[in-house]
Amino acid sequence: MVILADDPLLEVGDVSLSFGGLAVLRDVSLAVRPGERVAVIGPNGAGKTSLLNCVNGFYHPQAGRIRYRGREITRAAPNEVARLGVARTFQNIELFTGATVLQNLLLARHRHIRYGLLAAAVYYGRAQAEETAHRARVEEVIDFLELEPIRHAPVAGLPYGLRKRVELGRALATDPDLLLLDEPMAGMTVEEKRDMVRFVVDANEALGATVLLIEHDMGVVMDVAHQIFVLDFGVLIGHGPPAAIRADPRVLRAYLGQEAMP
Amino acid sequence: MIRSGAAAPAPRAALGSTLPRLLSARAADASGRRVALRYKDRGIWQEFTWQDYLAHARAFGLGLAALGLAPGEKVAILCGNRPEWLYAEVGTLAAGGIAVGVYQDAIAREIGYVIDHADAAYVVAEDQEQLDKVLEVREDLPKVRRIITVDPKGMHRVDDPQVTRFPEVEALGRELDAAHPGRFDDLLLNTAPEDIANIVYTSGTTGSPKGAMLTHRNLINMALTFAEVDPVRPDDQLFSYLPPPWIGEIAMSIATALVFGIPVNFPEEAETARDDGREIGPTVLFGPPRLWEALTSQVQVKLMDTTPFKRAVYRLAMRWGYRAADKRLRRQPLGPADRVLSRLGYLLAFRAVLDDLGMLRIRHAYTGGAALGPDTFRFLRALGLNLKQLYGQTEIAGFSCVHRDGDVRFETVGRPIPGVDLTLSPEGEILERSDSVFLGYYKDPQATRAALQGGWLHTGDAGQLTDDGHLVVIDRLSDVMRLADGTLFSPQFIENKLKFSPFVREAVVVGHGRPYVAAILNIDMPVVGKWAEDRQIAHTTYTDLSQKAGVYDLIAAEVRGANESLPRSARVRRFVLLYKELDADDGELTRTRKVRRRVIAERYAHLIEAMYGASADRIPVRATITYRDGTTAVVETAVRVAEVAGG
Repeated sequence: MVILADDPLLEVGDVSLSFGGLAVLRDVSLAVRPGERVAVIGPNGAGKTSLLNCVNGFYHPQAGRIRYRGREITRAAPNEVARLGVARTFQNIELFTGATVLQNLLLARHRHIRYGLLAAAVYYGRAQAEETAHRARVEEVIDFLELEPIRHAPVAGLPYGLRKRVELGRALATDPDLLLLDEPMAGMTVEEKRDMVRFVVDANEALGATVLLIEHDMGVVMDVAHQIFVLDFGVLIGHGPPAAIRADPRVLRAYLGQEAMP
Repeated sequence: MIRSGAAAPAPRAALGSTLPRLLSARAADASGRRVALRYKDRGIWQEFTWQDYLAHARAFGLGLAALGLAPGEKVAILCGNRPEWLYAEVGTLAAGGIAVGVYQDAIAREIGYVIDHADAAYVVAEDQEQLDKVLEVREDLPKVRRIITVDPKGMHRVDDPQVTRFPEVEALGRELDAAHPGRFDDLLLNTAPEDIANIVYTSGTTGSPKGAMLTHRNLINMALTFAEVDPVRPDDQLFSYLPPPWIGEIAMSIATALVFGIPVNFPEEAETARDDGREIGPTVLFGPPRLWEALTSQVQVKLMDTTPFKRAVYRLAMRWGYRAADKRLRRQPLGPADRVLSRLGYLLAFRAVLDDLGMLRIRHAYTGGAALGPDTFRFLRALGLNLKQLYGQTEIAGFSCVHRDGDVRFETVGRPIPGVDLTLSPEGEILERSDSVFLGYYKDPQATRAALQGGWLHTGDAGQLTDDGHLVVIDRLSDVMRLADGTLFSPQFIENKLKFSPFVREAVVVGHGRPYVAAILNIDMPVVGKWAEDRQIAHTTYTDLSQKAGVYDLIAAEVRGANESLPRSARVRRFVLLYKELDADDGELTRTRKVRRRVIAERYAHLIEAMYGASADRIPVRATITYRDGTTAVVETAVRVAEVAGG
């Protein structure tokens, strides 16, 4: 079992976000502690992806603050947030489709590159040693996610389920402390989902990444998450461990009432 | 590339040795620093010398001894093709234990049966998936003392006093080695050529698997006698990709590699074997008929996708290739024109095709285990692949007959290898004698007596001998069938004809005691799927695709084609396309993918009856399909019985 420290890794405090007159998030607060797997659920348009976009700096909320390791990142740019050790995947897979799996993963090592332009140009000494280390790290990710057969395959030709796995691989290759996953199991077959659940749980337990995920599949969420936050039209209407969420009447009415509970 | 194994000691002396002693000697002599094993890991070929190989086998063997393995105890090995398989196997043998290979794709119940029947005290499980299966049936395995895992991935969750990791066992071994430096050599000295080295469970097309007990001498003799036919060269490269529990893998990757000191190469994953094999360029390759059929169908599919020009060049070259191959198969001399043209064909087309298949450097390619369709055989020979049939069984430690170079015919499996006496019983059963014939089945004296009656190994195969001593295998003695009018036919022969079609993946022929021959067919989903896509035939699942009218017409044409080369009485008159793929998990195929006729006859009795009914029609089907992970789904469809014109 993971030991949970008390200080949150990520703190979202009273965040509000609107586009023009449309309020997307209203006073949303949540905390993710180190080592936890936290899920955000809610119907379509509830603001789940917007919340992730606020965390990693794509959007800047009009009110409220976001802290990561106690440091304010509310106004930080996405690249700054990434440099702090926050990696994410996207609902609509954002990979370099013309590049191979290996190249996509190596690119993810960018934040760890320390050598300068000159060293890169002569490719000697530090540059070479670092590149070897990056390749070794990427190979660990390939082994972890069982990507060996498609290592040299261009992403464009891969089936959807595999691309999702490659995207998780790219996030893992950054050695993240916090992993933001936007519907990692969406559109997958039962078998692919099962594999993905295993990879996410292993990434958390074996690699020590804290996970904040958005997911539609209730069965998956109940299996994976330690804590669940429920969003409905931009408002947080409940949170707690899976068992409590399952029993919360407000949650049932707002969200789960639309579908049968698994 | 580093060459290895040039200084092999007089090999025949190996007969007085044992497998681990051979390894020890190999590591100690001049070849010790040469490459023994290659394993692709993290995308890079990692090389291990004979000394490395011995160091690991030594550490693991001593580790087992430290854990309490007593001589004669069994170690079940559930491991894929990787160096740890050999370390575990040879380490076990060094410690005086007996290795028992278990097929990794077997389900928990089957794995449990073998582990328990073999009385295994230790189990080596490659990864989390295999470990989970063993743990699932642990309650039924009271004799297992320790489970040893190889791949650390996913093991962080496992906290079980019975589970130990491979490196931990090796560390125990190294400790023991440091405390008692002479211990390993003592253990080696205690191994004897007559000792049982492996218990090899045969998948068996009927009943529970049986454990064939093979000695060190059985296996070493196999390596030596087989090499008398096709000599092993120092620069040979073996490629280990077939399941390690299979006797052929044991005979080659363990016995032949150790006796002759040639390197064994392992792919990174089963899924990457094709690409990894291309990089290695093996010189010797064994493959079950399914491999050669898959390659043939792969060439044909790729051909559909290539440019018309390339296709035309290929067709032209193939014509020359077939002419040369047919002359060779008929043992007619090749004229100068044939020679020039087949060389030209090689340069224009075959070279590229063989290279694409990773078969460019192959000197000897073998097929065995089941009969290979003559058309596939002829096709690959026309490409210039030196493909030969061999025949054998687990009970003779591998192979007993093989084609000699220059004397290859597709209707035979060649002549017996040196040291094998072969004869036929009055009923036509193939009987064999050699130093490689096994001791018997483990804990099954009755089956042993039946198999070794009168001092001959009873193979259970029906055969014939040609005038010049080639063996023709007809079928399993129990599988030769008789139509109602008394006509004999071999279902397997007809099935192979049918399976030559790239669209047909599996075929089961029926007709015993019936008026005519009929067949249950499995379409090849990728190939038929592509065919349907090209014709804009929309389809969803396998079940759906298999019952499309267009697909029926396609397969009917293929069956008519196969019928043309069959005697009139043995032609397939009706067939059905099965709504699901035959599967080992449903007990319809063995783990080596041979069809279990009895199971199929029972399960699909209604379909078979319908094929002999008054009129061909649709039969409603409701069936439960079990997936590998144990979940089930119900399929409802109507299966059509098709009539073959001119059948």
